[in-house]
Amino acid sequence: MSNYNQEMIEKYRGNFLKEVQDNVEEGDWVKMCMQCGVCSGSCPLGPHWEHPPQEIFMMIRAGKRDEVLESSSMWMCTSCYNCIARCPRGLPITHIMHGLATYSKRLGLVPQNQPTAKFAQLFWDNLSKKGRVNELKLGLSLYFMNGIGEGIKKSLKMKDIGLGMLKTGRLTPMEMIGGHGCKDTKGFHAMLKKAQEIEEARIGKSGS
Amino acid sequence: MAKHSYSFYPGCSSQKAASSSNYQVSVDTMCKELDIELNEIPDWNCCSASIGYAGGGELPRLALSARNMALSEEAHPDQDIVATCAACWLATRETQERLNDDDELMAETNTALAEAGLKLKNDKKVRHMVEVLIEDIGYEELGKHVKKPLEGIKIAGYVGCQTNRPFGIAGESFENPKYLDKLIETVGAEACDNYEKKVSCCGGALAFSEPEKSQALIKDIIESAYDNGADMIVTPCPVCQMNTEVYQDQINATYGTKFKMPVVYYSTLMSVAYGKSAKEAALNGQIIKAKQLEEIAGK
Repeated sequence: MSNYNQEMIEKYRGNFLKEVQDNVEEGDWVKMCMQCGVCSGSCPLGPHWEHPPQEIFMMIRAGKRDEVLESSSMWMCTSCYNCIARCPRGLPITHIMHGLATYSKRLGLVPQNQPTAKFAQLFWDNLSKKGRVNELKLGLSLYFMNGIGEGIKKSLKMKDIGLGMLKTGRLTPMEMIGGHGCKDTKGFHAMLKKAQEIEEARIGKSGS
Repeated sequence: MAKHSYSFYPGCSSQKAASSSNYQVSVDTMCKELDIELNEIPDWNCCSASIGYAGGGELPRLALSARNMALSEEAHPDQDIVATCAACWLATRETQERLNDDDELMAETNTALAEAGLKLKNDKKVRHMVEVLIEDIGYEELGKHVKKPLEGIKIAGYVGCQTNRPFGIAGESFENPKYLDKLIETVGAEACDNYEKKVSCCGGALAFSEPEKSQALIKDIIESAYDNGADMIVTPCPVCQMNTEVYQDQINATYGTKFKMPVVYYSTLMSVAYGKSAKEAALNGQIIKAKQLEEIAGK
């Protein structure tokens, strides 16, 4: 993946806006930002962004490639869509943030141990296995994502919540053995594989 | 034949013994009373909600919802797709819009779908259950079924994010949608008129990955309900419900609060008001018991 990063650096030679337009989902919209800051002010996790969305848009145009792509900022998006609803220019900001996160991940530039990046990958792995989310396995994989020691500590902390869910019939240990899933997992996997192949071919084209 | 029939997308959390299985039980009860028939999309899959983007690229994510829509077209050609989960509804609608806007993406999606023997026309309406209630049934008719008005209960209508933005319910504003308050009043309860946190974010999926940051948001949502004199919170979204209900003990431990605020689904409220049993209304799914509703259901 770092190879891919090098390729892209060479291809775009400092024109980061063009790189974002070509490679980031909905990236074409970035140039439309007029820097009003409503998005940053509307974000529920606003204070936790290293660079809030308005700043990200300006930094993209200023060519601050490393600062943007190596930032934890995009991973603060809760997908509340407040920014989208309020943006006077109609930028699909939520999607651009997701797109930047995806792109940063492809390039191998996500900050180490970024919890949402890790959780989002666990979520995808979980759902793509059988077509439906296995909530018990997802929860456990989340608690143990930073190793056994932290996992046990986290599991103990979450014990009461788990028991509450169990008692009210909103969690079942049966998920550990069988669990929910699609019947046509074969077709489901073939479809995803094809979608991934098409997308990779598209990325390859823009990367070459 | 039922008066209203839909192609139903329940979503992962509504499955048996999953985190919002209580939502499903109360929705089934409510729909039976209103003569709404929900035909489950055969072999539906997860929509990847709004957290699938790290693992899945754009096309794989779109393919997920496209498969559900294609299955629905095949099985229930003349029925709108209806989802009860905010994320399911949003992901499906977003996919529909993106594919309608982009012929190349649509062609690529169909190439992927062909691997599963499916083809998407993409001409269905994708709707939330709340839209069905408001638009197809109407407040007046919803009110006619009330046998036990929920008198004396004050309720904070917590609409949250994804049932409200970016699509929302037609005719409602993003900043202060009124439909949940109207539903509360339709079943005879009192709505908190000035509930400031009505459309605030609970952290969504980040409640898992960023618990401290999200619980600070959740604290404000519950506190505002108390400040407005609410006896309970009602919500249309499984993630909102779970986040605002299950972390109250942890929030109490962190902030020294004494929260014990029941959080129910609109379908639970309606089932109780329609004279159904506690079990049919899924009150046994409450981790924080909704005692006032239990009393009414037990009468």
